[in-house]
Amino acid sequence: MSKFQKKQAKTKQQVPTAAMPDIIFMLLIFFMVVTVLREVELQVRVDFTRAENIEKIEQKRLVSYIYIGPEILGGGRYGDTRVQIDDALIDDIHAIRRLMYDKLMEEPRLIVSLRVDEKSEMGIVSDVQQELREAGTYRINYSTLRGSTAPMSE
Amino acid sequence: MFPKKRERVEAEVPQAGMADIAFLLLIFFLVVTTIDVDTGIGMQLPPPPDPDQEPPPIRERNLMNILVNAQGMILINEEPANLQDVQRLVMDFVDNENRAQDPNLAEDPRSAIVSIKTDRQTPYEIYIDMLDEVIGAYRELRNEAAHREFGVSYMEYTNRVPREDNVIRQMYPQNISLAEPDPGS
Repeated sequence: MSKFQKKQAKTKQQVPTAAMPDIIFMLLIFFMVVTVLREVELQVRVDFTRAENIEKIEQKRLVSYIYIGPEILGGGRYGDTRVQIDDALIDDIHAIRRLMYDKLMEEPRLIVSLRVDEKSEMGIVSDVQQELREAGTYRINYSTLRGSTAPMSE
Repeated sequence: MFPKKRERVEAEVPQAGMADIAFLLLIFFLVVTTIDVDTGIGMQLPPPPDPDQEPPPIRERNLMNILVNAQGMILINEEPANLQDVQRLVMDFVDNENRAQDPNLAEDPRSAIVSIKTDRQTPYEIYIDMLDEVIGAYRELRNEAAHREFGVSYMEYTNRVPREDNVIRQMYPQNISLAEPDPGS
């Protein structure tokens, strides 16, 4: 009996760790490629609305965002509904035309994602859409979450 | 002349710390990455209207007028309707050719146009609910057609064929017109 046991005890029980940095580097490179660092500071409140029949935007790099919602004043107070593109609030709605046209020239396959607060009124959304038509950015996407809407509270 | 003093020491960079640095970077990118995908309702806006050109004539039966006011009340071709019924009404209208063949509804799905009009005061939420129902109707119709013609779901069909060859898409084009909102009260 003891003869067998001695023979087995001699094997080394170690996992080789030499390749570990390579694996870590591979993961690192994956995440570096996937990460999109550009994220803007929101100056308007955007509570997404919900919808059932939605699609995914696969190419995130083609997307440009327009935020529409009540301006955040701080202290839990909100101002009038404003439009934000990139990091700036838009004062003159007709400025959107030139802004979006410049973006379209940079990326001809541009998709404009409209991130609109659920309580916003259609008037301003429609004004922005008219500007987008003038700019020539016809592909738009109304950003919504998946799910059915809660019954209307009124 | 110069006797050899000693063996040259080989210069070496210590590599033990490399894995730690890689880990640190990895953790940074892990934290920063957002995997969530953007979801939403995709639409195609029409080009701006040409003032010199008259809009093309549309036969009245091919146009479905949906009006949504600021309270979320719905009028479809001048008749009040519920949000729950919209999907069915749109399907009946667009696919009239293969269904009831009502002379007051669309001639065929290709010429059917669904027009959505809101007030300026209508909340965005209500508009999206409405649009969701209309898109849902088209999705349902395309799904039915895909089952009928190819025996697979529409989603599976779109994965198989390129966008240009998508006959179901051509069969049921999403002709949704977003009318300029009324100034409202």
